[in-house]
Amino acid sequence: MLSILRTVWTVLLHMFRRRETVQYPEEKIYLPPRFRGRIILSRDPDGRERCVACYLCAAACPANCIALQAARNEHGRRYSAFFRINFSRCILCGFCEEACPTCAIQLTPDFEYCEYERQNMVYEKEDLLIEGPGKYPDYNFYRVAGQAVEGKDKGEGESETPPVDIYSLLP
Amino acid sequence: MGEVLRPLIILFGVLAGVMGISSGLIWLERRLLSLWQDRYGPNRVGPFGLLQVVADMIKIFFKEDWVPPFADRPVFVVAPAIVVATTLISFAIVPFSPGISVSDLNVGLLFFLAMSSLSVYSVVLGGWSSRSKYALLGSLRATAQLLSYEVFMGLSLMGVVMLAGSFNLHTIVEAQKGLWFCIPQFPSLIIFFIGGLAETHRLPFDLPEAESELVAGYHTEYSGMKFGMFFVGEYVGITLVSALMVTLFFGGWLGPVLPPMVWFLGKTFVLICVFILLRAAMPRPRYDQLMGYAWKILLPLSLLNLLVTAGVLLAHG
Repeated sequence: MLSILRTVWTVLLHMFRRRETVQYPEEKIYLPPRFRGRIILSRDPDGRERCVACYLCAAACPANCIALQAARNEHGRRYSAFFRINFSRCILCGFCEEACPTCAIQLTPDFEYCEYERQNMVYEKEDLLIEGPGKYPDYNFYRVAGQAVEGKDKGEGESETPPVDIYSLLP
Repeated sequence: MGEVLRPLIILFGVLAGVMGISSGLIWLERRLLSLWQDRYGPNRVGPFGLLQVVADMIKIFFKEDWVPPFADRPVFVVAPAIVVATTLISFAIVPFSPGISVSDLNVGLLFFLAMSSLSVYSVVLGGWSSRSKYALLGSLRATAQLLSYEVFMGLSLMGVVMLAGSFNLHTIVEAQKGLWFCIPQFPSLIIFFIGGLAETHRLPFDLPEAESELVAGYHTEYSGMKFGMFFVGEYVGITLVSALMVTLFFGGWLGPVLPPMVWFLGKTFVLICVFILLRAAMPRPRYDQLMGYAWKILLPLSLLNLLVTAGVLLAHG
């Protein structure tokens, strides 16, 4: 009986406590830079698309929300002819970001992208592509790994390092 | 002209007032609960979220009014109306201030007890006609709980009746001019309060609903405005029990300076807040504990209270 009265008194005293609620639309919480939100496609420091259409993101995606089509330009460089993410299926797990060998696909700290029509949740490549390098400002995949194009093999370009022998354990 | 109009004005005033207050209670309860749980509660629609009730009402009116094909249709439809009707009719005897009550019944208190017994039918029939196991279990619990708590709820009031010497609520309030009955009849106040909690099946005695065990108890199968009727009935019930406690134990409209109506409404408001506070603070007892409290503790206690009151009254003369 006494414990019940004490409980009631304690609850009554909570009247004078600070409220824990964050009044969301007016008041926003801090999202860390590595928060996993809306997905973007980034560009390398030279302003070219990083994506090489390797399909690893689509393969890694547990929700099967990424669809893309690989194509080659006149230099033989791979790029995505279309790149489509269905955000109504995306679970923001970040597996695509982990799978991406060129750091092209990245998750951003933005989660406010709701739509009134479901079809609008399907983002095309022009919606996804941003004008910057995202989280990795200096990273350029081709500077590290190289690419064979007409008249130049891997590692033969200007200020390029030769490719790593992936079958060797030596550093 | 005045002879005819005055009762009518009181009648519709009470009806509108009670319905307004009890729908406002939905907002009040949500705000108070969140205040005590360090939250804000509804604060978006209108000033302080007051229009939330209006929004909810509009929503619930336009919801599909679904009667399950397996339900006993006529009974299913009638059940929610009973609880609203009986609790609203009970307000007829509540004296809001001197001379302002719908009916100055000389057996007012008995009338209230009768009506609160009738409201059991709503819960029983609602659960029974749903033909669903959760609803049936809920209404079984409700029947046992309401019947057993009604016994000593009535008995606890007899002390007040003895002191006042009348069943008429006006007379009972007048008899509290010197001393409110909450002091000489303190045990019976506590017993009536617990009984009232159980009668309106409010937490901690909300076993007929028991969301965590029985989906929604006796109104599991209800939707739309039929569910809304049960909901409103519950809040009207809280208002009724609070108003009666004010009348019987806290001196009704009596109080200095302020007009009697303000005193009455203020006291009722405080008691309603206590109801909500208990909901915020207390866990639900087990079912056997609930029945045990009723028959093993509260019933003997109310009988004892009756005995002592009668003895004291006899001794004084």
